[in-house]
Amino acid sequence: MEIRILLVDDEADFVETMAKRFRIRKITVAPAYSGVEALKLMDEQDFDVVILDVRMPGMDGLEVLRQIRLKRPLTEVIMLTGHASLDAGMQGMNLGAYDYVLKPADFDELLDKVRRAAERKALNVRAQAKG
Amino acid sequence: MIESSGYTKLRIKMVLTTLGFSLIPLLILGYTIFRQFEAAHIGKVVQHLNHLTENKRRTIDLFLNERLSQLMAIAYTHKLQYFLEDGTLERVFTLMQARSKYYIDLGIIDQDGSHVIYTGPYQAIRTANYKDEEWFNQVQAKGFYISDVFLGRRNYPHFIIAVSRREGDHTWVLRATIDSDIFDSLVQSDQLGANGDAFLLNTDNVLQSKPRFGPKLLEHMNLGSFAKFTGVRTDTIAVDGKPYLVGLAWLENKNWLLAIRDDPTEELMPLARTRWLVWIILAGGFLVIAGGTILTSNTILSQLMRSEREKASLNASLTQSSKMASLGKMAAGVAHEINNPLAIIKEKAGWMRDLLGEEDIKASPNFKEFEDAITKIEYHVTRAKDVTHRLLGFARRMDPIHEDVNVNEVITQTITFLQNEARYRAIEIHTGLQKDLPFVASDSAQLQQVFLNIIDNAIDAIGKDGNIHIRTMAVHDPDEVVITIKDSGPGIPKEKLDKIFDPFFTTKKVGEGTGLGLTISFSIIQKLGGTIKVESEEGQGATFIICLPRNKD
Repeated sequence: MEIRILLVDDEADFVETMAKRFRIRKITVAPAYSGVEALKLMDEQDFDVVILDVRMPGMDGLEVLRQIRLKRPLTEVIMLTGHASLDAGMQGMNLGAYDYVLKPADFDELLDKVRRAAERKALNVRAQAKG
Repeated sequence: MIESSGYTKLRIKMVLTTLGFSLIPLLILGYTIFRQFEAAHIGKVVQHLNHLTENKRRTIDLFLNERLSQLMAIAYTHKLQYFLEDGTLERVFTLMQARSKYYIDLGIIDQDGSHVIYTGPYQAIRTANYKDEEWFNQVQAKGFYISDVFLGRRNYPHFIIAVSRREGDHTWVLRATIDSDIFDSLVQSDQLGANGDAFLLNTDNVLQSKPRFGPKLLEHMNLGSFAKFTGVRTDTIAVDGKPYLVGLAWLENKNWLLAIRDDPTEELMPLARTRWLVWIILAGGFLVIAGGTILTSNTILSQLMRSEREKASLNASLTQSSKMASLGKMAAGVAHEINNPLAIIKEKAGWMRDLLGEEDIKASPNFKEFEDAITKIEYHVTRAKDVTHRLLGFARRMDPIHEDVNVNEVITQTITFLQNEARYRAIEIHTGLQKDLPFVASDSAQLQQVFLNIIDNAIDAIGKDGNIHIRTMAVHDPDEVVITIKDSGPGIPKEKLDKIFDPFFTTKKVGEGTGLGLTISFSIIQKLGGTIKVESEEGQGATFIICLPRNKD
C-alpha cells in the first residue's frame, strides 16, 4: 500500500531528514514549512496522513488541524508535540487528530503510527464509497 | 513578625487605653452621683434644721408672749388698792400657778422702788429696793420688761417679767419671777439626735439655757457675733475645731439667739455610708474592668500572634511554591527549546543509520566505527531526552489520580526494587511500618517515584555500610499518615539544606544524577496535598519526613 504523507514543521532540517527517512522506506513525503504552506499543498493534492507540529510561528498546529478537518475530513493527522504542550496534544485529539507523538520522537514508533493511521484512512474511504 | 518586645508594648498600650476609656467615665460617674447625693442630702438636713429652729423659736416666743399677756391682764384688770387687800396677791399667784408652775414669786413695787407687797418663797427680798436698777427704769419707761437669766438675790437661775401701770399720778410695777429651767425643757427635745444640742444666747453670748454639752448655764458660748436678722439662718460653725451645722434664729420678744446644733455624725452617716459604697463599687468596677481588659488583650494578642505565625508559615510555603512554579516554567521553556535540536540530531543519526545499509558503505573499512558513533549519538540523545522529559514532567500540570493507597505496600514494593543494590553495598533497610495504617487518597505510581528517589538518594549518600530506617505512622489532628526515611549517611550541611529541593541541585558526580529527583518528589507530594521536609545535621545522617493527608470518606 502506498502511503502519502504531508510533513509540517518549521524546522527545515527536521523536515528534510525525516522526509529522507520516509522516502528510503518507499513512503511518499511532501514537506511543508508552515501551516499556510501545508494547507496550500492540501488544496492541490490528497494525503493519507499529515504529521503536524503543534508549535509553529504564524498559524499554530491546532488551527491548521481545524482547517484540515474542514478541508479533508478523511485525512488522518498525527500531532508532534513537546512535553510542555501535552495539553495541546490532548486538545488536538479532541479536535479529531489520530494520535500524538512526543518530541524528540522515536522514528520507528512514528512510522508505526503513520501506517496504522493510513490503514484507518483507507478503511474510512472505503466505507464512505460504499455508503 | 513583630518581636516579643513589640507585643509587650502593644499589650501595655491596649491595656492602658482600655482602662483609661473605661475608668475615667466610671470615676466621673461615681464622683458626680456622690456629689449630687451629698448636695441633696445636705439640703434635706438643712431644711430639717431650719424647720426645727423655726418651730422652737415660735414655741419660746409664744411662751414669753403668753407670760407677758398674763401679767398685763392681771395688772390692767385691777387697781393697786385691790392687790393690797390681805391675801389677794396670794390668791392671784395661786391662780397663776394652777396653770403654769414655773412662776416662782410675784410682787408689786411702787414708783420709789420698794416692795409694796410680795408673795413667794423668798420673803427676805421684801425689803429690797430697786429704785436704781436698770430693769426698774426700763419697765417704767417702756411699760414692760423681760430680763436675761441671772442668779440674783435668790442665787437661783431665773428671769423676771415686769409690767408697769399708771394710776392717776402714781405708777406701780407688777413683777413675776420665772424659773429659767422652763427654757431648758422648751429648747431641748428628743427631735435632736443623740449628739444634737440646742440653747439660747443673749447678745453677749451668755447662755440663757442649759446646753447638753460644753459650757454651763450663764457661761460664755462663743458662736461668733450675729447681727439681728429675721427668720432662720443655717451656718457651718466650728466648735472645738469641728464644723457643725447650726440653725440660728432671733426671738421676737427678747434679744436672745436660739441656736440648734444637729448631730454631725448622725446627719452625715448616710453620706459616709454612701462614700464607702461608692468606693467599694469603684474598686469592684476597677477589678472587673482590669480583669476584662487583661483577658481581652491577651485573647486579641494571642490571636494576633497566631495569625502572624500562620502568615509567616503561609508566606514561607508560598515562597517555596512560587519558586517551584517559576523554576518549572523556566525548566519547561529550556527543555522545549532543547527538544527541537535534539529531534533533529536524532533524525540525522537515524538517517545515517539508514544509509549504513547501502552496499558501498558496508564495504568501507571504517564501517564499524561509523556504526559505533551513530549508536553513541543515539544513546546520548536518548539520555538528553530523558532529562528534558523529566524536566517537562516536573513542570507539567497533570492532575494526579486519587485512589486508596496503602502506603506500607508501596514502600515494601519500592524496597524490593532497591534491595539488590543495597545488599551489594552492605546497607540494611529496616522498616517499622504501622499495622492497620489507614489508606491515603493518593497516586501510588507517583508515590513510588518519590520513595524511590529518596531511598535511592539515601543509598547513594551512605555509599557503603550503613542503615536506612523507614517508618510509617498515622497521626491525628490533622489526620495524616507520616512517613520518615532516615539514613546513616554523612548528612546535609546546613547551607545546603534549603536548596536540596531546587532543580539541578545535586551532590552527585556529573552524569550520575540530574538534580531533579527531589524537585520532582517535592512537586508530586505538593500536588498530592502533602508536605515533605528534611531534617539533617552534618555527620548525623538525614531524615526525610513526608506527611500525606488521610483518606476522608
